[in-house]
Amino acid sequence: MTLEVAVAAALFIGIVVYALFGGADFGSGFYDLTAGSARRGAELRTLIDHSIGPVWEANHVWLIYVLVMWWTGFPESFASAMNTLILPLLLALLGIVLRGAAFAFRKFAPTIGQAALYGAIFAGSSLITPFFLGTVAGAIASGRVPAEGRGDLWSSWLNPTSIFGGIIAVGTCAFLAGVFLTADADRTYRPGLATSLRIRTLGVGAFTGVMVFAALIPIMRDAPTLADGLTGRAAPLIVVSGLTGAATLVLVAIRRYRPARVTAVVAVASVISGWGIGQYPWMLVDEVTIADAAGADATLVGLLVVVALAGLLVLPPLVYLFRFTQTEEPASH
Amino acid sequence: MHAIQVLAAEDPAGLLAARQQMALSLGWHIILAAFGVAWPAMILVMHWRGVYRNDDVALNLAKRWAKVAAVLFAIGAVSGTVLSFEMGLLWPGLMGPYGDVLGLPFAFEGLSFFVEAIFLGLYLYGWGRMPPKRHLLMLVPMALAGIVGSYCVIAVNAWMNIPVGFRIEDGQVVDVQPWAVLFNPAAVLQFAHMWVAAYMVVGFIVAGVYAAGMLRGRRDRHHRLGFTVPFVFATVGALVQPFIGHILGLRIAEVQPAKLAAFELALETEKPSPLRLGGLLIDGEVRYAIDIPRLGSLIARNSFTEPVQGLETIPVADRPPINITHLAFQSMVGIGTLLFLAVLLFWFARWRRRDLLDNRWALRAAVAAGPLAVIAMEAGWIATEVGRQPWVVYDYLRTPDAASDNPQIWILLMATFVLYTGLTIGAVVVLRSMARRWRAGEEDLPSPYGPQDQGSVTTS
Repeated sequence: MTLEVAVAAALFIGIVVYALFGGADFGSGFYDLTAGSARRGAELRTLIDHSIGPVWEANHVWLIYVLVMWWTGFPESFASAMNTLILPLLLALLGIVLRGAAFAFRKFAPTIGQAALYGAIFAGSSLITPFFLGTVAGAIASGRVPAEGRGDLWSSWLNPTSIFGGIIAVGTCAFLAGVFLTADADRTYRPGLATSLRIRTLGVGAFTGVMVFAALIPIMRDAPTLADGLTGRAAPLIVVSGLTGAATLVLVAIRRYRPARVTAVVAVASVISGWGIGQYPWMLVDEVTIADAAGADATLVGLLVVVALAGLLVLPPLVYLFRFTQTEEPASH
Repeated sequence: MHAIQVLAAEDPAGLLAARQQMALSLGWHIILAAFGVAWPAMILVMHWRGVYRNDDVALNLAKRWAKVAAVLFAIGAVSGTVLSFEMGLLWPGLMGPYGDVLGLPFAFEGLSFFVEAIFLGLYLYGWGRMPPKRHLLMLVPMALAGIVGSYCVIAVNAWMNIPVGFRIEDGQVVDVQPWAVLFNPAAVLQFAHMWVAAYMVVGFIVAGVYAAGMLRGRRDRHHRLGFTVPFVFATVGALVQPFIGHILGLRIAEVQPAKLAAFELALETEKPSPLRLGGLLIDGEVRYAIDIPRLGSLIARNSFTEPVQGLETIPVADRPPINITHLAFQSMVGIGTLLFLAVLLFWFARWRRRDLLDNRWALRAAVAAGPLAVIAMEAGWIATEVGRQPWVVYDYLRTPDAASDNPQIWILLMATFVLYTGLTIGAVVVLRSMARRWRAGEEDLPSPYGPQDQGSVTTS
């Protein structure tokens, strides 16, 4: 593995982890939005508060990690992607800002009215953010970001691959969140909540699975390079995602929520990795390869040092955070 | 007017808007960043008192501060993300060619942000769920990560002022040495300046909150302790800051003479240089200034005779905007000096057994110190950033060449202004409601959706 590919792989791992953990946080917005009135939705909204409250900021940092790895490791491609995709990125950014702020405000809102306002902002922005980030992925994967300068401001992200990318991103987020929240509700003995979440999760999962495979048809025409990769090198991953996704639905259906979390994570990770492996060796598809996009070697080595340090300094406390907050019984308040 | 029109004709369409956009989002974020850097240490001291001295008042203060920190750090996390995006969205001409030169410090900053976010999560969630002593320790990595993270960001800014770690060959950036950027010699002092500024900002603001409470007659131990701990931090900061600033300023004469000339409003090289207080550059002449002979040389050059190099030596195209830089710089120095004297007076009086907390004017001054410290910090950033113009990377890359050619950035600027106004209002409303409920005796501030608490939610 060359230095450039190693850094690109580290960058891409960041994307996968962000899609899984940040994605699950965003996805909870879907259930929050559809939880019903303040009274009826209180139990679910409290559950969402408890399960993403302590971890969302840490999960959010994966996005920063991705951005920094990208602009440091592959600067020109970063500049042209940001330049071309300024609109969806700004909309995603708007969603990120509103989501984080509204979530924090809601937790300490003095009245149910204010909480409902912040909650609606939190939930709505949780859905738009993954959509626009998905369109960005679609723009890159379909070869619409030029190696240098700026591509088309609109058609770069308003095209079949981007739209499907956006829908799949929202779907996978909601799917993951559904599985995690259902498991949480079950673990904390809220059978009524678990049952209603279970049904919605099954619906979201089925819809997302159909979308992932339906997307292959327009992608064949719209993004031939990606399509070649998806049906060639990345085909095993697409198969794995199909199998584990189906297994998740079965496990949720028979109320085996704990193992369903594992298969759901594998399914989504496979879809995202499928995109990455599918567009390899391109950094910006059809425009510039990973090797050509890379910055100075000394900087790439520096980034790998950072990645190694992250393994030492970040992963152990991160695992501790998840174990501590996601396995303990929520306190009574 | 004429000069502005000429500039506008040559510059890319999005330049001015991009600069305002960056200034707004950075100026807003930096206040929250200061809380991220400085507050964990103050909470640590308070929490430590609570745990190790069995001080319930201190423990309660730490608990409340943690809840406020949860709100502030959340907005800080997202407004910091805005900056990450803007690096590329607004300045593709910087990030494209120089991304691999300036990126490594940002990668380390990302690392510390990670650590900070993880331990913030553990700390906030840990109340009542973790053994007290271990819980207290969660603050230590948070505080350290805040320090490392701000060093890294400052390292990049110092590099923009005094670039190192690359060469230009045939218009290409070559021979990139990212570690030289991370450990560039200019970073340490500049970091010290900002780090101490963060302690002043947070210390004075938090102390000011309790001073305001005392003004309203709330004179219990809760308020005294809530005032004293952050005020001690702010005091140390206010006392050392003038010296750090002075040493930092001495370097500018050599590395950025144009900036120093703008700071000092030195149109011509005078030997020795006067200290020019106030004043504006109007039609090429200095008006409304008070000159103190020789003091300029003494302060800026540490010498009785060495001159401040005047603007006449700088090509017109390489001069920064003079008035903004000068006024911002002097506001910072003026406020810094004022705060230095104020804390001296406070502790001198305390030493003479006179408690100024009994004096309403002293309390009002303590309340004003927070906003003043914020103004000083913002003014300092305006001085150094505007004073670096017209360069992004000093002597290498001009700001117009870094900006994107996007006239729509004005719309973005308007939208950001509306958004940040909304966020500010939201934060103020929420924080005030928390304080109100605390005073009313509610301690835990349960989620409004907490089912069993729904009855107790007031609609005041």
